[in-house]
Amino acid sequence: MVTAVTSFGRSGLYDWLVQRVSAVAMAAYTLFIVFYLLLNPGMEYAQWQTLFSQLWVRIFTLITLVSVIAHAWIGLWAVLTDYLTERMMGSKAVVLRLIAQVILAVVAVTYAVWGIEIIWGI
Amino acid sequence: MKSNRPVNLDISTIKLPITAIVSILHRLSGVFLFAGTAVLLWLLAASLRSEESFIALQESLSAPLIKFVVWAVLATLAYHAVMGVRHLLMDCGLGESLKGGRIGAWVALAVAVVLIILAGVWVW
Repeated sequence: MVTAVTSFGRSGLYDWLVQRVSAVAMAAYTLFIVFYLLLNPGMEYAQWQTLFSQLWVRIFTLITLVSVIAHAWIGLWAVLTDYLTERMMGSKAVVLRLIAQVILAVVAVTYAVWGIEIIWGI
Repeated sequence: MKSNRPVNLDISTIKLPITAIVSILHRLSGVFLFAGTAVLLWLLAASLRSEESFIALQESLSAPLIKFVVWAVLATLAYHAVMGVRHLLMDCGLGESLKGGRIGAWVALAVAVVLIILAGVWVW
């Protein structure tokens, strides 16, 4: 069964690279937020709000959000094409996998819109 | 390629080496994190909406159940991130041998356990 048609970049090598670049972006953002919180104990709302009203923090957050979506799509595609297969799920496997991927896509778009609302709504 | 070739992937009949265990947990933690992203976005939204919302979030973060959920997401994030760094190091050629892979898996697991405990200390 051809599975590449629902992969992120239609190419294993491209997906491999996107997975790593997005991972580095998310790791950098996680370290940034964790260390910011650790170095500013008992922080007030004003300081937190000022941090996220800076353009570079919003862009960094948006890059991370896009990375989450790409990374999750590639990772979950790998999981779904391994387990929702005809050998494991019978003849309905492809239908099941496509339904699962549509649900994932809806969740991913929801996360994207929600995240943009959070950072540009303040 | 014959499509009816015999396959044995019955996990219960296979003794998984440490490398396989950390790998399957990396997958599971990834799936869990996709749902956990909703928790992280909720935290970000509640902390930024308004000053009242920020203070209300601080209060709700003292509830044991919410503490546990936040810790579970942070612990999964820590595990997944450490195993991801292991992948990146292996891409650079570090720990690619059988022995290196096993040592790397144990080291990464130890680092992840320490970070998971520290995340618990932070949340509680």
